[in-house]
Amino acid sequence: MTRHTLSVLVEDKPGVLARVAGLFSRRGFNIESLAVGRTEHPEISRMTIVVSVDELPLEQVTKQLNKLVNVIKIVELEPAASVQRQLLLVKVRADATVRSQVLETVQLFRAKVVDVSPEAVTVEATGTSEKLDALLRMLEPYGLREIVQSGMVAIGRGARSITATAVR
Amino acid sequence: MTSATSRPAPGESPSPRPGPRPKPAPPSGAPVRVTGAQSLVRSLEAVGCEVVFGIPGGTILPAYDPLLDSTKVRHVLVRHEQGAGHAATGYAQATGKVGVCMATSGPGATNLVTPLADANMDSVPVVAITGQQTRGLIGTDAFQEADICGITMPITKHNFLVTDPAEIPRAIAEAFHLASTGRPGPVLVDIPKDVLQEMTSFSWPPELRLPGYRPTTRPHGKQVREAAKLIAAAKRPVLYVGGGVIKAEASAELLRLAEETKIPVVTTLMARGAFPDSHPQHLGMPGMHGTVAAVAAMQKSDLLVALGARFDDRVTGQLSTFAPDAQVVHADIDPAEISKNRRADVPIVGDCKEIITELIDAVRTEKENSKRTVDLAPWWEQLDALRGTFPLGYDWPEDGTLSPQYVIERIGALTPADTLFTAGVGQHQMWAAQFIKYESPRTWINSGGLGTMGYAVPAAMGAKAGVPDVQVWAIDGDGCFQMTNQELATCAIEGIPIKVAVINNGNLGMVRQWQTLFYGERYSNTDLGTHKHRIPDFVLLAEALGCAGLRAESKEEVDAVIQQAMEINDRPVVIDFVVGKDAQVWPMVAAGTGNSEIMAARGIRPLFDEDE
Repeated sequence: MTRHTLSVLVEDKPGVLARVAGLFSRRGFNIESLAVGRTEHPEISRMTIVVSVDELPLEQVTKQLNKLVNVIKIVELEPAASVQRQLLLVKVRADATVRSQVLETVQLFRAKVVDVSPEAVTVEATGTSEKLDALLRMLEPYGLREIVQSGMVAIGRGARSITATAVR
Repeated sequence: MTSATSRPAPGESPSPRPGPRPKPAPPSGAPVRVTGAQSLVRSLEAVGCEVVFGIPGGTILPAYDPLLDSTKVRHVLVRHEQGAGHAATGYAQATGKVGVCMATSGPGATNLVTPLADANMDSVPVVAITGQQTRGLIGTDAFQEADICGITMPITKHNFLVTDPAEIPRAIAEAFHLASTGRPGPVLVDIPKDVLQEMTSFSWPPELRLPGYRPTTRPHGKQVREAAKLIAAAKRPVLYVGGGVIKAEASAELLRLAEETKIPVVTTLMARGAFPDSHPQHLGMPGMHGTVAAVAAMQKSDLLVALGARFDDRVTGQLSTFAPDAQVVHADIDPAEISKNRRADVPIVGDCKEIITELIDAVRTEKENSKRTVDLAPWWEQLDALRGTFPLGYDWPEDGTLSPQYVIERIGALTPADTLFTAGVGQHQMWAAQFIKYESPRTWINSGGLGTMGYAVPAAMGAKAGVPDVQVWAIDGDGCFQMTNQELATCAIEGIPIKVAVINNGNLGMVRQWQTLFYGERYSNTDLGTHKHRIPDFVLLAEALGCAGLRAESKEEVDAVIQQAMEINDRPVVIDFVVGKDAQVWPMVAAGTGNSEIMAARGIRPLFDEDE
């Protein structure tokens, strides 16, 4: 199985997320990551869905997604031809004895500290899931108190816009 | 909630809707002030809805008030919402129009779940309108509240919760458009009670806003030419015809394609009637209980031309051994069906009528250009031999009981050619598909995909309401009949004189057949007691429901009782055909096995035993 990133343009209507999520689950596909947000068009939302699936089942799930009346357009974004980012917030145990080491790791990953207390720092990082995994591995020895991550968002490289042709 | 309705006197055909005349509809386009409920009824009138099957209740109550005044929309008060849903399906399949059912919130709406799932599986255009709790109460577990949009999401083509009365005309117009175009299917419109009560403005037609809905109907020319090349070169081609051909009204085109190419035709359970059974090129139904010739043709084929069919497991049997040597041309309006189960070599997305029309020309051109014709005579020799050796047939039960197949065969033989048949699910359904000869589309209506027991009576009611001048017969089993026979009361009161043939073998026959074949004749919970105790007595039950009740228990009585039933037209008729319990449906491909292991009868495997 390979990982695929789908950008799905949907009408901004109630229940759309449930329709998409329900479709994946009842057809037996596991969503690795999902992010939803507004676009430059007020009536259109954009979902970025990451699934691990083989080529043929992927074709089937894409066709099924396309059948949802509220789904306007689906584009698969190739990793090489797109920018893919995830947001991570992590609370790391960091008292005075180790804080400078933690901060050094944070610097190396071009992440930043967004909150600090005597026992812990909260780190914000963006990047691909591989980069964020690497950061977490480096921070783990200090003690990870709490992790929260967003779904992946992705956009194609170059001047073309996938929403431009979706709106009529 | 019921109005004082009396049963029509015999011979008197009840008019659809007496009552006060409403104000004339405003000229189209000019907005008028109305309630949400009036807007709903006017929308239904404007969209061309002629009949609604439903039951009122708390939250849908406001809609029933203006419905009383409508001269265009007839409401048929059913006895159970499931009946309303199946009636809408029967109506839709008999007429080709959108079937409409209506129910209140909560249990009313959840009772529509089975018919909606059924319509979804069989791609039937149905619009369901449900009442919903007042907007402010949604999400509070209020009385008769159910999240019917959430519940029906996976079993409808689409659904709407209307939260603004101004949106009602658009929601109805979009629902009918979605239900009837592309691959048809059920659409549910859920309307809160206060949205029905609020004042709003009505104007027609509304603008449809469906930016994500663009069904492809025109086939791609290149794909059609590719298909034509394969068709022209195939030595053992088969036209594998599905229900999509009936939905696309493409029977005439199919006949032309078949006759010009001389290719053998098989029609699936959903496509019975799409191609005349009397036609010499018709090999019958494929699949689990298909004819040996139809199943064999597909297994030995080098080219399957699937037209509006979906390679259902009941047709393919074990997928890995299905039609091993065949290339596949797959034409369907739903791109998601193509290569879902069996990989297509040439996919064609589009409307079957347009596809077949273009295929005819393309095949002709191809044959002219290539200047070589493939002789299908050896292929036909093979198939004719199979057809001759293994025709559909049945043995009379050894215990002297009445043969169910004989009963069904006689009904088919004695009724007029345009008679419309519905069926429940089980042995009687398969026999009705096998032993009644269908010559034209929309004469056979059944629950194919979902396999809904109890489908026959309400579907017949809906069909008869749609085509009142045609004789409508429900071929039912005694198990199925006991699930939905209360709609006979509806038929009796509303003047919908259907005929019901209960093929009463006293058992859940198909389950019993499997217990005989696969569970060592251990008959766990399949004896319904309708023979042993005559509970219920179907003749008395019929009379109690306002129908004529007849019975036949021997071969000699069969024809007479069918004739008698055909002469009664002032009320529905139920015939209790008391038949033997050991009759079985053959041929059969056992579940999970390959189609080459089809058994013509128990222990006889025509393809398996052959030298290949």
